[in-house]
Amino acid sequence: MPKRSARTSSAETVATSPEAVASRLAASRYLADESLATAIFLAIRLGKPLLLEGAPGVGKTEAAKAIAELLGRDLVRLQCYEGIDAAHALYEWNYQRQLLAIRHAGEHEVDIYDDRFLIARPLLQVLKAPEKRVLLVDEIDRSDHEFEALLLEFLSDFQISIPERGTIRTTAQPIVILTSNRTRELAEALRRRCVYHWITYPDAIREAEIIMLRAGDVAEATARAVASAVRDIRAHPLAKPPGIAEAVEWANAATILEKGGSPWPEAFRRAIGVLIKDEEDFSSIAPELGKIIEEALA
Amino acid sequence: MSAAGLPQGATPFLGFGRLLRRYGFPVAPEQVSGFMQAVTLLGPRSMADIREAALATLAPPPDRRDEFEAHFRSHFYGNAAALVEGDADEEARIKDDGKTSKQEIEVVRQEEGGELSSASEQLSVREFQRDRDGLAAFRRKLATALPARRSFRTVRTHARGKLDLRRSLREIVSADGDIPSPLLRRRQTVPRKLLILIDVSGSMKHYTSDYLKLAHAAVQGADRAEVFTFGTRLTRITSALRIRDRDQALARAAAQVDDWDGGTRMGPTLLAFLSVPRFSAFARGAAIVILSDALERGDHAELEMAMRRLSARAFRLSLATPLAGDPRFQPATAALRAILPMLDDLVDGSSIAGLTDFILSLARPAPVAAAIWKRVS
Repeated sequence: MPKRSARTSSAETVATSPEAVASRLAASRYLADESLATAIFLAIRLGKPLLLEGAPGVGKTEAAKAIAELLGRDLVRLQCYEGIDAAHALYEWNYQRQLLAIRHAGEHEVDIYDDRFLIARPLLQVLKAPEKRVLLVDEIDRSDHEFEALLLEFLSDFQISIPERGTIRTTAQPIVILTSNRTRELAEALRRRCVYHWITYPDAIREAEIIMLRAGDVAEATARAVASAVRDIRAHPLAKPPGIAEAVEWANAATILEKGGSPWPEAFRRAIGVLIKDEEDFSSIAPELGKIIEEALA
Repeated sequence: MSAAGLPQGATPFLGFGRLLRRYGFPVAPEQVSGFMQAVTLLGPRSMADIREAALATLAPPPDRRDEFEAHFRSHFYGNAAALVEGDADEEARIKDDGKTSKQEIEVVRQEEGGELSSASEQLSVREFQRDRDGLAAFRRKLATALPARRSFRTVRTHARGKLDLRRSLREIVSADGDIPSPLLRRRQTVPRKLLILIDVSGSMKHYTSDYLKLAHAAVQGADRAEVFTFGTRLTRITSALRIRDRDQALARAAAQVDDWDGGTRMGPTLLAFLSVPRFSAFARGAAIVILSDALERGDHAELEMAMRRLSARAFRLSLATPLAGDPRFQPATAALRAILPMLDDLVDGSSIAGLTDFILSLARPAPVAAAIWKRVS
């Protein structure tokens, strides 16, 4: 299949330098700073998993989506949670179908460990077509230590053993992205296998650019004001500091309200519900909100 | 890793790995070789490239980032003045004994503050009595006595469960199509997390050493327990208490706490606890036991807010105060009255025996604190 081989080499041809990666990411509407672009470049070229850590809402999952788009591959997402196990991450047999097949076969022989009875979960899906898929293991800090160990084994050998079928190996090294909110420390062994990047909130200028890129129809001045106000709000001790997605939503909402007839500072204030989604946070920030918005608009 | 066979230019990179290890950064050989590969891949066109490569491959923990940068500057630019020991600005109020303290050798503080040394004396004098207080029994019972929740994982069972299709199918195949008695699985129950917050302010100084012993037994006995102390600042002492030997564990924990017998800023320190995502994530669904007299100086609005947030996260939020040992005790202070509606329990914390009994009874339902204390008054 010539088409596939063209794709195989594409990972290396796309990632020629960190700048090339950054401009490709920008084309898929993701603005990465230099350091993130370098980390992505290194992960692709060194063939190591990429571990992204950062506060909620800084764009870790979005980065993974953009990387998949940059490589022209499908994103397979494995959302972690406490108690996730091999049946959710690797594979499972379709027992109902197996039972039916046994019944149906009657006197004939039937291989109940055939491919059609195997349900591939994210890790196996990626292993089956490493050149076509990117694996995202999302919020790995939510899973427990046992799952981390399982993942470690997968990431070092890129193989899965199924007792009934034998070991499934891959020839090409799949691209894997892990994200963590750092609600707990990850195992050292996992950290050192990966290329690591700590994502922070973008500076006001970059955040304004992101808002312009992501929001539908927002004036540049609005985007700048939102970026600067959100920056001030994040400096307060809130239970849930607003993420980038909330900032984009706020810019959108304020623009809509302004078109509906609210004057500027008022439009920002009325749209605050899309930015701060916690009653206590809201009451603690409310007295200073007016000042923050005024300063941002100045 | 020997330097033989490597080009001359590679030595600074190897040396940087060694330097980091000396300062307690966990750096594996494969990370150093990854670092060199990364530098080669990037050109390197400038020092910034080398720095990015180091950050990406050597993976310094975010809270030690400044320290890492200082080491980088001192190694690659020869700028020794830039070297700072740790970073003090972010950790001013929150001290996490997690990774940084591993290299520390036992430092037992002596004769620094009168209170502290007397506390450790008490410790050795009362040692013999305490074991009679049943802490060893508490430690054994704790793992099974904590409140439980249902996990997503399943275990094999003989009754009350769902059909285990995987095992049943194997049975069916080996029995040649016959269906023997079905095999079952059911969801496992796991103990909830236990979070103990100990007040180490001056007004609690007669109790803190007892509380630390209790916390040590809890960390040793429970599957997942975390212990913090608070006074004017917040300190995580869980990993010190993981040391099996009690005297050693308590000595190390004592050395980690900086705010012995000072004032209380309960509200702000609890808010600081909640503002660190990984700490507040631990509080979610946990049984939280606060050991404090809740004598908040000044305004209690922050304490109220912190308690409301904690109770929203917790499975059960309990306050054990030594003041309740007095039969005439009433939750009469403004701070206590304000937080009473958020508490599940308000109990006597004046003796270890009472506290251990209470913690072992956390799984049993009880009326909320406000109902009990209203009836009494």
